[in-house]
Amino acid sequence: MNEALLRSLTPSVLGVLVRRGADFAAAEDAVQDALVEAIRVWPTDPPRDAKGWLVTVAWRRFLDATRADAARRRREDVVDEEPAPGSAPAVDDTLQLYFLCAHPSLTPSSAVALTLRAVGGLTTRQIAQAYLVPEATMAQRISRAKRTVSGVRFDQPGDVATVLRVLYLVFNEGYSGDVDLASEAIRLTRQLASAIDHPEAAGLLALMLLHHARRAARTTPDGSLVPLAEQDRGRWDTASIAEGVEILQAALARDQLGEFQAQAAIAALHADALVAEETDWVQIVEWYDELARLTDSPVVRLNRAVAVGEADGARAGLAALAGVDESVPRYAAVAAYLHERDGDVVAAARLYAEAALKAPNLAERDHLTRQAARLNSLR
Amino acid sequence: MAKYLLLKHYRGAPASVNDVPMDQWTPEEVSAHLQYMRDFANRLEETGEYVDEQALAPEGTFVQYGGEGRPPVTDGPFAETKDLIAGWMVIDVDSYERAVELAGELSAAPGAGGKPIHEWLELRPFYGVSPTITE
Repeated sequence: MNEALLRSLTPSVLGVLVRRGADFAAAEDAVQDALVEAIRVWPTDPPRDAKGWLVTVAWRRFLDATRADAARRRREDVVDEEPAPGSAPAVDDTLQLYFLCAHPSLTPSSAVALTLRAVGGLTTRQIAQAYLVPEATMAQRISRAKRTVSGVRFDQPGDVATVLRVLYLVFNEGYSGDVDLASEAIRLTRQLASAIDHPEAAGLLALMLLHHARRAARTTPDGSLVPLAEQDRGRWDTASIAEGVEILQAALARDQLGEFQAQAAIAALHADALVAEETDWVQIVEWYDELARLTDSPVVRLNRAVAVGEADGARAGLAALAGVDESVPRYAAVAAYLHERDGDVVAAARLYAEAALKAPNLAERDHLTRQAARLNSLR
Repeated sequence: MAKYLLLKHYRGAPASVNDVPMDQWTPEEVSAHLQYMRDFANRLEETGEYVDEQALAPEGTFVQYGGEGRPPVTDGPFAETKDLIAGWMVIDVDSYERAVELAGELSAAPGAGGKPIHEWLELRPFYGVSPTITE
């Protein structure tokens, strides 16, 4: 049984229950129960209509739970009969769920957890493992999130930008634990992009595919980082690149540029170069200029300084860096890189050591320490 | 079984024997050191003695309640003289002797020149659970 395929049915099954009048929190619990049941039963007894099976089982679970609840409160005036299935198309339900789970009233971590469970169909345990927190903690986070959105009307239009930010966060969380969050983010973004006609949704999907394509080349077997310029490009996933480029081109043709499309365009230019030396840095700088216009982010200006250094030489890169706020993460690492390219090994070694102290994760810290060690042992 | 915390310090522990800072090693020495640490953790997982390990960034702040209606009081980044924890490993072992043996092994991780660092690690026992049978 393909678990991802099973989980892809989650949002539309949940949508059916909500449209039948179930409240979101109870419906979501019932769908989780049905998924668990499917994983148990399907291998020996596969259903003819997978979605129909899930809807039936989930609805029964919902009714059972509601009845039990009602009995506890000594009330019998609850939904009892199964209403006719709603006629609304499944795509709308899926989209509404994305909006609900990324609702602006939720904190980013709550929106991420709720999206992975209610839209992605992951279990609380899987989500907890992926984010390295105890299962009880994640269960609380999810049930609080459900309470927060319980008053939100299901048919309210939502904000695509908030949904995209949540999916971007999931993708960037990486690869810890049994659940591959990057692949899961791609699956969810693909599902969203097919449910809504939005160039930035396509742009984000393209961005994810283009970065995911480099995954095998990005680390050595012992977990050390391999910088882009030193990656074995033969190990990049060409199918993923081709798909990302095609999606990006279609999105760009719509002429509604956004930050995800611009970031994807930069990733596509890197993917285009068979060897690092063939990289079209001039065009990359132009895309960073676009990106800076769109976001005005200091991180973009920092990355732009690297691109300028490659396009016009280290001096020009250092000049571009001069306008960037020094407190931006990875500033020292970029300064170290540009100083080395400029031939100032002493300053570069000192800056790499400083960058290592400020590194946001161990893999980067170790990489930067090695860079400092490499330059110090040249002297 | 008893749990122990192995604490590694950026500052505050007595100086190690081979105390050349890591950015002054060769890249190969850095790799060898990291490999030693990974192998050590893997071996403990295989023997069923590994519980957890975490590394901490080298900056930190002391924070204190600031009083009714006031924001918390902060002091930091830590002054150079303050003790600064770099990370920890938690092990679950049969005896104090085994904990000491493992801490010694971890402290032998290679540094500059491929020689053991002889780093001082702090070994702290966890409180145990209350026994179910008390008589």
